[in-house]
Amino acid sequence: MIDLKLDEEQQLIRETVRTFAMEKIRPAAHDADESGVIPDSLVAQAWELGLVQGSVPEEYGGYGQGSSAVTGTVIAEAMAEGDLGIAMHVLSPRLVIDPVLVLGSDAQKKAVLPRYCGEKFVPGSAAVCELRWDFSPAKMQTAARRDGAGWVLEGKKCLVPLAEEAPFIVVYARDEKDQIGAFLVPAGTPGMQIGEREKNLGLRALATYEITLADCRIPADARLGGDATPLLRRARVAQSAMAVGVAKASLDYAINYAKDRDAFGVKIAQKQAIAFMLADMAIEIDAMRLLNWEAAWNLDQGNDSVREVALARQYAADGVMQVTDHGIQVLGGHGFIRDHPVEMFARNGRGFVTFEGLASV
Amino acid sequence: MDFSFSEAAKKRKETMRFVAEHLMRPISRQYDEAEHENPMEFFNTMWEASRGNREATKLTGDGKKNGDAPSENTLLACIQIEELAWGDAGLYLSIPNPGLGGAAINAAGTPEQRERFLKHFYDGKPRWGAMAITEPHFGSDSKQVAVTARRDGDEWVLNGTKIFCTSGQRALELSDGFVVVWATLDKTKGRPAIKSFVVAAGTPGVKVAKLEHKMGIRASDTAEITFEDARIPADSILGSPEIVTKGTEGFKGVMATFDATRPIVAASGIGVAQAALDVVKQTLKESGIEIRYEAPAHEMTVLERSVMWMESQLQAARLLTYRACNMMDRGERNSREASMCKAKAGLAVTRITQKAVELLGPLGYSRKILLEKWMRDAKITDIYEGTQQINQMIVARSILGYSSGELN
Repeated sequence: MIDLKLDEEQQLIRETVRTFAMEKIRPAAHDADESGVIPDSLVAQAWELGLVQGSVPEEYGGYGQGSSAVTGTVIAEAMAEGDLGIAMHVLSPRLVIDPVLVLGSDAQKKAVLPRYCGEKFVPGSAAVCELRWDFSPAKMQTAARRDGAGWVLEGKKCLVPLAEEAPFIVVYARDEKDQIGAFLVPAGTPGMQIGEREKNLGLRALATYEITLADCRIPADARLGGDATPLLRRARVAQSAMAVGVAKASLDYAINYAKDRDAFGVKIAQKQAIAFMLADMAIEIDAMRLLNWEAAWNLDQGNDSVREVALARQYAADGVMQVTDHGIQVLGGHGFIRDHPVEMFARNGRGFVTFEGLASV
Repeated sequence: MDFSFSEAAKKRKETMRFVAEHLMRPISRQYDEAEHENPMEFFNTMWEASRGNREATKLTGDGKKNGDAPSENTLLACIQIEELAWGDAGLYLSIPNPGLGGAAINAAGTPEQRERFLKHFYDGKPRWGAMAITEPHFGSDSKQVAVTARRDGDEWVLNGTKIFCTSGQRALELSDGFVVVWATLDKTKGRPAIKSFVVAAGTPGVKVAKLEHKMGIRASDTAEITFEDARIPADSILGSPEIVTKGTEGFKGVMATFDATRPIVAASGIGVAQAALDVVKQTLKESGIEIRYEAPAHEMTVLERSVMWMESQLQAARLLTYRACNMMDRGERNSREASMCKAKAGLAVTRITQKAVELLGPLGYSRKILLEKWMRDAKITDIYEGTQQINQMIVARSILGYSSGELN
């Protein structure tokens, strides 16, 4: 029976994460965007929430609270409402955990998961995007070739988060059967060269890198399962949830500003031109969220959700741009000044049409 | 959280799709062209079906829990109306039933009034209920009501003109139905003086003066009704005849009807847009074009992009509508969500049907197929039960925490 609301547990998770995001992450967002540095203490505090470890079964060292794509979107949205780059950083272990949980063998789970269930934050990473105008997962150029007992990876990746620090990078590459595979590549594997930290339009708080794979040899059991396309769909759902969070951040900031700013003898929020923009933002955010919940719910039902994920992603990627642009417009000239976060929300939001594999549920 | 239909919802959808496909589509073009004619066979069939299943024609959910099973009456109503509007939005509006007038009697009437006007509604021949609010000099600004109600002994005497009354002619002339009329007891006292009255067919002094010629939903009659010293019994007033100037609770009660009707209007538009989307996809399929949802962005055709845009816009409107229904069925206040779904659906279905006509080129523009009709039918969704802008206003007030005095 149609029931479009979170259950009590999901609401509790949402409130907990959102409180953390607004009280701890948001105050750090501006400086992290300017400096590119996220304080270790903040990352440690986020780790203590247990959001990542919680989803890992007890036999692999986690809390065994189970994980669903819907709950994953709830966490991703609430965290990203604080700041996108910081959210992607603190949730990065999921980039490794989720693929291993979904596609990994028991041996792979035993080898990897306990490392992410300790007392300290361990960064995760995934390499999906490639630095070309016509990149798409369906047109991935990075290749995986069988060679003797193992695999050889060749290609170049970009937007690889935390590549310098992560003990594993899940590299997505096309195999000889034209299938996308996910390969667990340990840090320091010969042939994997990590380039300079990237400079991008937004997402400046998050350390991302280009990596080069040249004759990068990994054992046969480094591959997680077969077709990794479902993992990229899960990533899209997580990213779309973060888009909703960014949009929501922009709306709430704009509402507060508009109710405080005077013009022509009233608050600007009392003018229809502003009020209607805010109303449209609120409607679009709810629409983005509901479509994305539908995609996530379908994933949780075991459906491939090709259509639902594609529609939710397109809607969220367009929506976050429209909403965050309105956010700037409500603030007028002040929206263009970096003292206010709305221009950052728009720079971060612009990425969602491009991002692949930067988050997971 | 659940995105799947209950068995009851599936069954309702299936039944209504059957009606839409077999009873409505075949006569859709005919009654679009022959505006103001009455599809009597369709009316009689729907009337007989309604008698057997009155629950299915109930327009609004009551939000009450029925035993242990959570209610989904509002949701079922929306699913039903989406399917019927997929068949034909004009014919759907014409189905003989108590309509919005009935909803008002249900919401604001006494048990005796419900008994009098609704209990035996389905006895005998097809009958319509209607609602008359709009007047020539106002639309959204409903406190400007100028039709007057004057007390004279055991009667109320009504004078003035109402326009845009859906099914007004069928309620008053084609059947012995009723119209619920908003009238003021004292024009100087504003909203508190506005009351609603049930006017039965055959009341002397009540006349259907004109039927509008419309862009779309032409099968539905839209009447201008004049009242010249029209006398109705004293107990025809819904609610109290007192003019209580303190507080606006009475008027708010009237406005709360919209919380139920806006999702329903949204659903009807969604049905029309779904029809347009279906015909576009079917036409493309027949030409060997399937939508590649995961095609690389730079390889996706304009057609694919457009269809995906239409699908996501439509589904967004639908989910917002379902959410508003869910809340009503749980007994939660849903004014904000009802306005959200209405504002979204009105605009989305207007644009989706326009895009559909564009995509099918000369075929889309031709009256040989129904697509152009659906573009005309969809537009009303953006207007009645509160224009897009009125609903934006309500959403804005809600998210800003403003009163109507602070934001208007």
